[in-house]
Amino acid sequence: MDTSTPLRRFLAEFLENRVAVAAAVVVVVILLLAMFAPLVAPQDPYDLSGLTLRDARRPPGFVGSTGIHHLLGTDAQGRDLLSAILYGLRISLEMGLAAGALAFVIGALLGTGAAYAGGRIESLIMRIVDLQLSFPAILLAFVLAALLGQGRGPLITALVAAQYAYFARTAHGSAAAERQKDYVEAALSIPLSAPRVVLRHILPNCLPPLIVVATVQVAAAVSLEATLSFLGVGLPPTEPSLGMLIANGFQYMLSGRYWISIYPGVALIILIVAINLVGDQLRDQLNPRLKR
Amino acid sequence: MAGFVLQRLMQAVVVMLVMSALVFVGVYAIGNPIDVLISPDATQDIRAATIARYGLDLPLWEQYFAFLGRVLSGDFGTSFVYGIPVTQLILTRLPATLELTLTAIFGATLVGVPLGMYAGYRPDRIFSRVVMGLSILGFSVPTFWIGLVLIFVFAVDLGWLPAGGRGETVSLFGVEWSFLTLDGLRHMLLPALNLSLFKFAMMVRLARSGTRETMSSDVVKFARAAGLSEWTVLSRHVLRLIAIPIVTVFGLELASTLAFAVVTETIFSWPGLGKLVIESITALDRPVMVAYLVIVSFVFIAINLSVDLAYAALDPRLSKGRS
Amino acid sequence: MTGPILRVRDLTTRFRSRAGTVTVVDGVSFTLDRGEVLGLVGESGSGKSMTGFSLIGLVDEPGRVEPTASVELDGRELVGLAEPEMRALRGRRISMVFQDPMMTLNPVLSIGDQMGLVIAAHHRMSRADMATRAAEALTRVGIPEARARLDAYPHQFSGGMRQRVAIAIAILNHPAVIIADEPTTALDVSIQAQILVELQRLAREDGTAMIWISHDLATVSTVADRVAVMYAGRIVEHGPTTAVLSRPRHPYTRGLLDSLPSRGEPGHDLAQIPGAPPSLAALPPGCAFAPRCGHADAACGVAPPATEVGPRGWRCHHPLEEARR
Repeated sequence: MDTSTPLRRFLAEFLENRVAVAAAVVVVVILLLAMFAPLVAPQDPYDLSGLTLRDARRPPGFVGSTGIHHLLGTDAQGRDLLSAILYGLRISLEMGLAAGALAFVIGALLGTGAAYAGGRIESLIMRIVDLQLSFPAILLAFVLAALLGQGRGPLITALVAAQYAYFARTAHGSAAAERQKDYVEAALSIPLSAPRVVLRHILPNCLPPLIVVATVQVAAAVSLEATLSFLGVGLPPTEPSLGMLIANGFQYMLSGRYWISIYPGVALIILIVAINLVGDQLRDQLNPRLKR
Repeated sequence: MAGFVLQRLMQAVVVMLVMSALVFVGVYAIGNPIDVLISPDATQDIRAATIARYGLDLPLWEQYFAFLGRVLSGDFGTSFVYGIPVTQLILTRLPATLELTLTAIFGATLVGVPLGMYAGYRPDRIFSRVVMGLSILGFSVPTFWIGLVLIFVFAVDLGWLPAGGRGETVSLFGVEWSFLTLDGLRHMLLPALNLSLFKFAMMVRLARSGTRETMSSDVVKFARAAGLSEWTVLSRHVLRLIAIPIVTVFGLELASTLAFAVVTETIFSWPGLGKLVIESITALDRPVMVAYLVIVSFVFIAINLSVDLAYAALDPRLSKGRS
Repeated sequence: MTGPILRVRDLTTRFRSRAGTVTVVDGVSFTLDRGEVLGLVGESGSGKSMTGFSLIGLVDEPGRVEPTASVELDGRELVGLAEPEMRALRGRRISMVFQDPMMTLNPVLSIGDQMGLVIAAHHRMSRADMATRAAEALTRVGIPEARARLDAYPHQFSGGMRQRVAIAIAILNHPAVIIADEPTTALDVSIQAQILVELQRLAREDGTAMIWISHDLATVSTVADRVAVMYAGRIVEHGPTTAVLSRPRHPYTRGLLDSLPSRGEPGHDLAQIPGAPPSLAALPPGCAFAPRCGHADAACGVAPPATEVGPRGWRCHHPLEEARR
């Protein structure tokens, strides 16, 4: 393998860990499946005309009246579960990625900004961040989602509010260290505007730890979204994410129809575990303390 | 030491004031406060009377102090749904949540720490790998889904344990408890297990990494060179050294367990605070929501305070070094 | 009783892993009389600390003392001794002091508790008796108001005082042998001298024998009755301190002496031994020092035999002349 550039070297190192590579492949496959759900799903699960109650709550492997082979069974409306999961993954990932990206931007700006500003502004921002970090994220998200009501906007707001602090903490940590270095002093001594110094000089150097936090937080956001939707304070029933699918199947589980809840959960877990494994490897590679 | 305690106590009071202000402003930002105080189908007269009584025509800061005064005297208003004072409602639900969360977190710690220490002491044993595998699973899999699987396996498929409810309770100090009866314990087992898995995973990891680090330290080498047995080294030296992060996490997790209890209580129909708050959200029972927020914030701050104090007791460098 | 308190024969410690076997201590033999101080000198990685750990049976996995070795403490064979019996001897008959007192004392246990654990590991006695015994030990190492200090924590002591506490723990059970692994290296120079004198006094008073491990020939020369110089896991030269330091026979000892700042002429460069210590995983055949040695020739491709002349000994094909210095 050509190891002439840092990026190539990084890739070569990543490829050495088979578990991480497998996890990365899984993440990519899931992303593609979610993106092209309408093309790969056996059925459009939300086209009501294609559904018939005769096919409802059938076990995995059942061949429906419309001729569809229901690999993972059907739900209470006679929907093909595999199709519902693919569409659900799509919604879950959209929420997780949107919340993660927004939290990334807000947290990174707050953290680096605080480190740049210094003094009282810095200590005030970081106090709030620390206070919030010691508060369980799920409770905050849950309360906000409950107060703001159902829907994509409120949900993303709740997720971002619960997660930006992790990014802010991380960004502040490395930015504060970066701030001390000579090149930032040098950049500040020539009349460059403050935002420019933060954006062009400080932020790029904080990126590696932020990327690690981002992978972990996207997984956390997906899990949190599922939990909120399961509790009924997330997305409305018209937008069934994985959490909603699991919640819908809950009542049928007691009568032994496990698949309606279990399979969406399995999909959720594969996604979360895969992202976390990739994140673990990135952490090992990007953490300078672990470097020999 | 006294100065340290006093300083932390002051900080806690300040944070509590900030939190109460946030909840208060939140109530204002989210909706008309009158909706929080009386039911939507109240008559105009009652409306006007309530506005006058609670001073809703007064400036915001005056109202905040009035709100604070009511909260301090334990008055959170009356639940729309149950028609009884919220304080009373919460007090009747609190024991169920307390016994569940405490069982979960103590169980997770008492089982997780020794297992984690073993995994750190003998990292290459198969048993240690199994423990670590379990902890990774406990970390990644969402709590609510584990709850479903537990119900399906142990309640539906095997039929060994009940799927929900509190079971038989016994009255002690005028409060109903499940953990005092066999039936109550049977009902508590699955939800407590569900709630504890994440904490268990955390404790295992914490104890393992701490033990691994400590075992190769000079403290341990020196203790061994002095002829201490492996058991004494682990139970007296290593445990004390890793106790500080464990106590911290224990405290913080106690607070987050309260939050996760919302999920577990919903799944297992456990009639505690978490289930109450979910119900109050769906029924827009706002006084209950506000009370829940204030009380949980209070519990959380009280826990943080005790963690700080426990720190001082565990780490002599913090307390005595200052005198 | 007569005869040496410690007799070490052919002590060999190997680390076996998938990558191969590394011999960190290779055929080390020496004897130690009662009250005698033996200086064990060498660069880092020469196996001197590992020799200490091998003696008290605390070699970490996957390391192992070869069963052909023999370590006799007071006439009792330690190699192959079951762990419980070995543990009963550790800290009672043979104990060890480490380099950095910041790292060896447990920061979250009081001095009294830590000493109590060590006493309780070997004796059954009341808490009050333990406290008395611990206070006695602290007094002996020169800590004032020892009783009151039992409740103190390590951070309340200075670095030198902490090392005194560590030494007090090592002498709690009046051991016959103390292994001191660079006990003064982490301390300020002025404190170093105090600790040095203190340990020497204790050894003399109790008749405790001591193995003083150090990379610093200067320190060793002030405390040790005899020295053994280690290189790549082997003792390459040993003998009475004054004899070895004034008339070294092994070129490596010579090199170590020449690189001491006090021996050099002011204003001149210090002499250095060329090259770096070899990796134990890839030792040259024959004499391990040969690649760095100005006297090496074809003969050095074969391991040099041990030469013993009176109280002195060395392993070299081309020993330096006695009269050189």
